[in-house]
Amino acid sequence: RCLFKHVSLIVPLCLGKEKPVNLHNSLHQVLRIVAKDGAQLSLIKHLEDRTDFELDFWRRATYVSSPVDVRVPSHSLHFVKSYLEKLDIHYSIMIEDLQVLLNKEQEEIHSAARAAQLKDTDSFDYSNYHTLTEIYTFQDMLVAENPNLVSKIVIGQSSEGRPLNVLKFSTGGTNRPAVWIDTGIHSREWVTQASGIWFAKKIVKDYRRDPTVTAVLNNMDIFLEIVVNPDGYHYTHTNDRMWRKNRKLLSNSRCVGIDLNRNWDAGFGGPGSSKDPCRETYSGPSANSESEVRSIVNFVSTHGNIKAFISIHSYSQLLLYPYGYTRTPIRDQNELHQLARRAITDLASPYGTRYRYGSIIYQASGGAIDWTYNQGIKYSYTFELRDTGLYGFILPASQIVPTASETWLGLKVIMNHALRNPY
Amino acid sequence: MGLRSFVVLAVLICAGGRLTAKMGLDSSARGETTEGLDTLAVEEAMGVMAGRELNPSFYEAQRAAHVVPIYLNTRYGSPYKVFQLESVHKATVEDVGDTGRRYHLELSVKEFISDTTEKFTAEVFFPLGEKQLPPKVQVPSLEKLTKINTKAEEDTLYQKYKTKTPLLSSDHLPDNFGNMDPDMKPFWYLCIVASSFIMLKESTENTFYNMAQVASLTQMPTENDQLKFDSTVLLHDMVSQEIPRWKLLFTWSPAEGVKALQMEQQPRCENC
Repeated sequence: RCLFKHVSLIVPLCLGKEKPVNLHNSLHQVLRIVAKDGAQLSLIKHLEDRTDFELDFWRRATYVSSPVDVRVPSHSLHFVKSYLEKLDIHYSIMIEDLQVLLNKEQEEIHSAARAAQLKDTDSFDYSNYHTLTEIYTFQDMLVAENPNLVSKIVIGQSSEGRPLNVLKFSTGGTNRPAVWIDTGIHSREWVTQASGIWFAKKIVKDYRRDPTVTAVLNNMDIFLEIVVNPDGYHYTHTNDRMWRKNRKLLSNSRCVGIDLNRNWDAGFGGPGSSKDPCRETYSGPSANSESEVRSIVNFVSTHGNIKAFISIHSYSQLLLYPYGYTRTPIRDQNELHQLARRAITDLASPYGTRYRYGSIIYQASGGAIDWTYNQGIKYSYTFELRDTGLYGFILPASQIVPTASETWLGLKVIMNHALRNPY
Repeated sequence: MGLRSFVVLAVLICAGGRLTAKMGLDSSARGETTEGLDTLAVEEAMGVMAGRELNPSFYEAQRAAHVVPIYLNTRYGSPYKVFQLESVHKATVEDVGDTGRRYHLELSVKEFISDTTEKFTAEVFFPLGEKQLPPKVQVPSLEKLTKINTKAEEDTLYQKYKTKTPLLSSDHLPDNFGNMDPDMKPFWYLCIVASSFIMLKESTENTFYNMAQVASLTQMPTENDQLKFDSTVLLHDMVSQEIPRWKLLFTWSPAEGVKALQMEQQPRCENC
């Protein structure tokens, strides 16, 4: 099987094996060596004779100034490099860590294969984490299976050009009062996107079966954005599991990315956010500078009839209401506090998962629900899902469905309250 | 409004929002109400600085209390014994001149493998100064948490790995999907305990550390009857949201517990 089809620097190379290469996690590098004269060329050819080095020549020494590409296993790296350096033979490191590249390749192949295998939302594996491609496929399948209830709206594009998809659950009407739920604004919080998928399916299953969901959908719409930060999410699969921000390239820094939950126009740039582009809470150059945020702002503003806005994060097991950018209590403090208590009581009922609740516990400026509350969306909440630090962001997949299902009970309390307390 | 209310309000404003009554968090399990505005205001007005009462669910108390199980891990932790904060019941803080701040905490800590919980009072002192110094933790003699018997499991694990060939080696624990080989779980716990040495050293009133993931773990030859490990761990600080990366060399044996030999922070690398 040919690997490296995505890597343009190397001539596509079939390693001649059917199963994927496993370098057993030791460091293999690919060096590019260039001889500057015939003498150097001979010396390079000598390397080819050293079978004990187990060198794997991808491109052999042919003539002067034509590059020689060789994979060097870790046990030979030191010698080969010293050899070349002593002889003043120029080389560069083409691939610093081959295993990493292979892993990425494998992941992309598997991802494409898995996405192609997805058949319908009933056989979809809710107890596992999925790639971005799989989530997009899921969304399309759900719409196709439930054309009278679910539709997909593309509210914008991410900084790398990916679609920002929102699922709309509606039984009719025109511009009905609505509930907004989002997951995945911080890409490393994987249990949130996974829960978003589960919520989508649950809404469809519960309509006409569960009294609350039925009552809500008969009078209101639900909007669900499962992956607010698709570029970040993709990056957590391919490069860095702990990536939080979006993937915006910054003109004035080698660092990448802006914290999407510090980019909203509520106390923007204040304490609890950073002006350092290399920091995790970098708020960006200005409020709404990020398309992922601007798209939601535009959607919410244009819609004009959102009554509840719930943003889902992990971890800590908290249910929070505004504000984070100021200590001033909100006008609806009492109501939101009591409602939060009822929500986390229901949330605790299946598994005993204990949440704390209240206004935002640490200063955070430019957060989503602070902005939405200031727009008049009274029921603005942030959930921080499981756990409290043992696994943190890397919550075992076995906890996805329990987390999603208990959270759903809390969400229903809020949606039900919004339904019965129109404003 | 009456004069008293006005004074209360004025003190509130002057106190710069240190009072946390309505803005604090309630705990679901206990259904506690937040404390009355008036009591705190009066204390402030009277200049009573020793023992300012904190909302136990709010961040100041939580951050200080979080240090206690981290400390217990360094003293008593093992591959079968790891401590976590269960809840904070009461908290006060006082300034100790210019040297720092001392938190008095009534809290419950759980050893989660055996599911043993103990309630006790502890003190955490955060020194102030130009250079960051680790907090000092004082706990009383514990009745339950220090008496958990894990001798059999620890001895078995120790004997198995003391002369093991090849030596244990692992990357990511857990993997990015939260999975790990059940045989590796005690070593994941061991890394949490070893990381606690770093987390204790780095903790301040403005941090809240957990271990996010073990990036790599390599067993080295047993030395002085101690299992020895070279590891790279990723921590997560909830306050800054940063993921500091640390190289950590440590040892463990049932007799000596966990000892950190060397700790060095690494630059955050992207493709790891």
